Amino acid sequence: MSPSVTIDHVSKLYGARAALTEVSLHLAPGQCVALVGHNGAGKSTLIKLMLGLIRPSRGGVRLLGEDPAGAHAARLRRAVGYLPENLAFHPSLTGKETLDFYARLKGVSRAGNAGLLARVGLEAEAARRRVGTYSKGMRQRLGLAQALLGQPRVLFLDEPTTGLDPALRQVFYEIVQELRRAGVTVLLSSHALTELEGQTDRIIVMNRGVKIADGTLAGLRHLADLPVRIRALGAPAAMVADALGTLGQVSTDGHTVECRCAGGDKVAVLRRLTSLPLADLSVVEPSLDELYAHFLRQEQAA
Amino acid sequence: MSGTHTSIPLILAGKEIRDGLRNRWVVAATLLMATLALSLTFLGSVPTGTVGAGALDVVVVSLSSLTIFLVPLIALLLSFDAIVGEVDRGTMSLLLSYPVSRGQVVLGKFLGHLSLLGFATLVGYGAAGAALALTGADTGPEGWRAFAGLIGSSILLGAVFIALGYLVSAVVRDRGAAGGIAIGLWLVFVLVFDMALLGILVADQGKTVTVGLLNWLMLANPADAFRLFNLTGTDQVSQFAGMAGIAGQIHLGPVTLLAVLAGWTVLPLAAAALIFSRRQI
Ligand SMILES: Nc1ncnc2c1ncn2[C@@H]1O[C@H](COP(=O)(O)OP(=O)(O)OP(=O)(O)O)[C@@H](O)[C@H]1O
Ligand SMILES: [Mg+2]
Repeated sequence: MSPSVTIDHVSKLYGARAALTEVSLHLAPGQCVALVGHNGAGKSTLIKLMLGLIRPSRGGVRLLGEDPAGAHAARLRRAVGYLPENLAFHPSLTGKETLDFYARLKGVSRAGNAGLLARVGLEAEAARRRVGTYSKGMRQRLGLAQALLGQPRVLFLDEPTTGLDPALRQVFYEIVQELRRAGVTVLLSSHALTELEGQTDRIIVMNRGVKIADGTLAGLRHLADLPVRIRALGAPAAMVADALGTLGQVSTDGHTVECRCAGGDKVAVLRRLTSLPLADLSVVEPSLDELYAHFLRQEQAA
Repeated sequence: MSGTHTSIPLILAGKEIRDGLRNRWVVAATLLMATLALSLTFLGSVPTGTVGAGALDVVVVSLSSLTIFLVPLIALLLSFDAIVGEVDRGTMSLLLSYPVSRGQVVLGKFLGHLSLLGFATLVGYGAAGAALALTGADTGPEGWRAFAGLIGSSILLGAVFIALGYLVSAVVRDRGAAGGIAIGLWLVFVLVFDMALLGILVADQGKTVTVGLLNWLMLANPADAFRLFNLTGTDQVSQFAGMAGIAGQIHLGPVTLLAVLAGWTVLPLAAAALIFSRRQI
C-alpha cells in the first residue's frame, strides 16, 4: 500500500533557527504512530508541515500522494482530521453549532453529529451551551469530535489527551484502536509516554528537530538494550545473588529483591529464579520513559 | 463536488453574521448610525428647509459627511482583526485544516462583514429617511434617488475599508499593530489627505496643480470619490453642497466614481488573499 504521508529530507527554518533538520519518514495506512520528544523538539512543526499549514524550507512533503500546500490541497483535506495543540473555537457558538459549522465546511452530513458528540462524552446539555463556557477538557472533547468528522483517512492529533480525564483517555484510545482497524493512519504527539504503551504500532522520537529513533516499542527496546528488572519476593537477597552468579546484579530494599540483567539474559535469569522458593515474581521491561531518556542520552553523547 | 465547493464562502459568511448578531455588534452599530443620522436629519433641516433644495437633498449632504467619518471607522474596526486575530487565537489553523482555500476564507469573511455593515447602514439611514417622510417634508423622486445613491455608496465605501482592513490584517503579525495601522489608515484617508490636498492647492495657487491632476488626486482617496459621487450627483445637491463650482471642473461621472470605489475594494481584497495565502500559520 502506498504511504499516507511521506516526509522526504525535510528541513524547516524559522529565520536562522532550524525547527526541523533532514527529517524523513513514511506513515502507512492503518498505522498508529506516536511522535514524542521534549518541548520544542519539532513535533507540532512536523504535523503542520504534513497539513500544509506551513511549507518546508527544503525537502518534500506528500499527503495522500499530493502536495498538502499545493493549489488543490483543499480537496485533499476532506480526507484529513486535525486536532491542534492550542485548540480554540469561536466562543459565541454552542458546541452543537460548532460541530455543525465544521461538518458543513467538510461537506459531510450533520446527521451523525449527535452520535459523535455522545461518543466523546459531551452531553446534550453541554452541546447546547456556548463553547466560551466550556472547561478545558470539554473543549478537548469537542476538538476530538470535529477531528473525527467525515471518516478521515489520516488523523493528526497534537497532544490529544491533555486535559482529558482518565475515563475519556480510555475512550480516546478505544476510538484510536477502532480507527486503526478501519485502516486510518493516526499520528499523535504526546508527552504522556506511559499511556502510549500498548496503544501505538510505532514510536518516533524527536530531539532538537532531528529524528533520533523510529520503530516499534519492541524494536526500540531491542535497539536500546536497556537492562530488564526482575522483582522477586520471598527469598533472601544472598540466595538470589548466589543463584544468578554473573548473570545479573542484585539489590534489595529488605523486602523485595530486584535483579537487573541484560535483555538477552532475561530468560536464563528467570529459569534460575524459578528454581528458588519464591512467593512472587514480576518482570519490569524498560518503560517508554526510560527508552526515551536513553535515546536522548545517546544523542547528547554523540 | 462543486455544489459544496461554491457554498464555502457562504458558510463562512453565515458564521460571521451569526457572530455579529450574537455579540450585539450589529445592534450597537445600527443604533449608533440611526441615532446620528436622525439627529443630523432633524438638526440639519431646521434652518434650511425652504431654500429651494428639497429636504432630502439637505439630508444627503449631511449624511454623506457622517458616512465619511463613521463608515470607514466601523468597517476598519470590523476587519482589522479578521485574519491576524484568528491566527493569534488559534482558530485559523483549525479552519485551514478543512477543505477551505485561503481565498475562500477572505471572501467569506468579506461577504459576512459587508452584510453586517450593509444592514446597519440600511436600517440606520433608512430610519432617518422614513422619519423625514413621516414629517411630510418636501421629498421629490429625485431626492429619493439621491438618498438611495447615498445608502448604496455608503455601503460601497464600507466595502473599501473592510478590504483595506483585511489587507492590514493579512500583512501584520500582531493584533495591536494591526489596530494601530487601521486607525492610521482612517486618519490618513478621512482627515490628513484632504487637509494636505487643500494645503497644496492653496500654496500652489493653481500654477502646477491642473484640473486633470486634481482629478487623479481625488481618485487616490476612496473617501473623496465617495464625496464627489454624492455631492455632485444631482444638480440640486451640488448646488446646495456648494460643490457646483467644483463639480463643473471635475470631469468624473458617477459611473467612473463607482468604478473607482469598486476598484478600491477589489484590489485590496485580492492583495489580502494573496498575502494571506503565502503566510505561515
Ligand atoms: N512560528 C514560529 N516562528 C519561529 N519559531 C518557531 C515557530 N514555530 C515553532 N518554532 C520553533 O520551532 C521549534 C519546534 O517547535 P514545535 O512547536 O514544533 O515544538 P514541539 O515539539 O511541538 O514542542 P511542544 O512539546 O512544546 O509542543 C521550537 O524551537 C520553536 O521555537
Ligand atoms: Mg507542540
